[in-house]
Amino acid sequence: MDVGGTRERMADYLRDHQDKIVGRWSELVISGVRGRTSLEVVRHELGGLFTLIVRVLSGADDYAAGELRAALDELSRGRARDGFTPSETALGVFSLKEAVYELVAESAEMVPEFLAFSRIIDDLGLRTFEAYSAAREQIISDQVSTMMELSTPVVRLWEGIIAVPLVGTLDSARTQLVMEKLLDTLVATGADHAVIDITGVPTVDTEVAQHLLKTVSAARLLGAECTISGIRPQVAQTIVSLGIEFGDIATKASLADALALALRQAGLKVVPA
Amino acid sequence: MDRVPIVKIGQTLFVSIQIDLQDESVIRLQEDLADELAATAANGVIIDITAVEIVDSFIGRMLTMIGSISRLFDAETVIVGMRPAVAITLTELGLSLKGVRTALNAEKGLAILNGKS
Repeated sequence: MDVGGTRERMADYLRDHQDKIVGRWSELVISGVRGRTSLEVVRHELGGLFTLIVRVLSGADDYAAGELRAALDELSRGRARDGFTPSETALGVFSLKEAVYELVAESAEMVPEFLAFSRIIDDLGLRTFEAYSAAREQIISDQVSTMMELSTPVVRLWEGIIAVPLVGTLDSARTQLVMEKLLDTLVATGADHAVIDITGVPTVDTEVAQHLLKTVSAARLLGAECTISGIRPQVAQTIVSLGIEFGDIATKASLADALALALRQAGLKVVPA
Repeated sequence: MDRVPIVKIGQTLFVSIQIDLQDESVIRLQEDLADELAATAANGVIIDITAVEIVDSFIGRMLTMIGSISRLFDAETVIVGMRPAVAITLTELGLSLKGVRTALNAEKGLAILNGKS
């Protein structure tokens, strides 16, 4: 079979019917995405893609394939960011097949040309899918690092007293981050009292307790005293029934109590104005 | 072999470790400190490890031992200026330097010793 010839014939055919096909293609895509983008935008995007596809088919220049891949990747990434589902994204490419098929269905002699075209569209569809999932993974990993950053603030409560309000589940990676940030802040600010508030930690099991103990003993090595605050009744019961010993580490019910203790240890007194 | 100098100021012995600690130099420091404590009747030892970036379990244990030895001469040991990375390493090694006081910097370490005496 003369593959090159069929592709070129298909390219000519597509070029001749460009307006009709792009129009129909845009309609199909628009009906699939339910009004999340306008016809003009879609028409513009797909028009660009269409021209590239025709260039690839005609085999006229070597750059077309690379440009098409880049354009497709860009489109898929955009779709992933805008919250389109994978099938909606892939359908955007596959519906071109449908649009073309509706035209060529009449003429039986176009079958080999359509098959060659169809194979290319299938490849493009897979490419879309890959780009889509890569973009999604990128988004997820960005969010994870943002969350890590957000979830470990160290705040200064008083001269020489800092607090770490912990929110969310504590795992090894987070504890490590919390520990490093706490210790760095202790050194940077010269604070000698730290309050670790676990009000926002949903459960305290032996592992979490182990992490907390490590953080406290590292802070002690620097010469700072740590208080753990925000122990809720259920958490207290869990800690006792698991047999976790906090040893000589001070624990308090609320951040306010812990602050009061820290102030007292620093030799400060709060009096009514 | 590098030797760590011991400086006596008032009733306190100052040791500032400015080198990468080798096992021999720590042992030597321990011996020198014991001699110095016996000779001067100092009541406090401040060991500044601001410049120390790497510790291992041996050095961690030696620091604890220096604390215990000083105690025998009725002197308190304060380790000051530990870096966060060093503190994390010691914690991971399971060493909490029992019997040794710690402080963020030399000034606070001195305040601890003065508060005691």
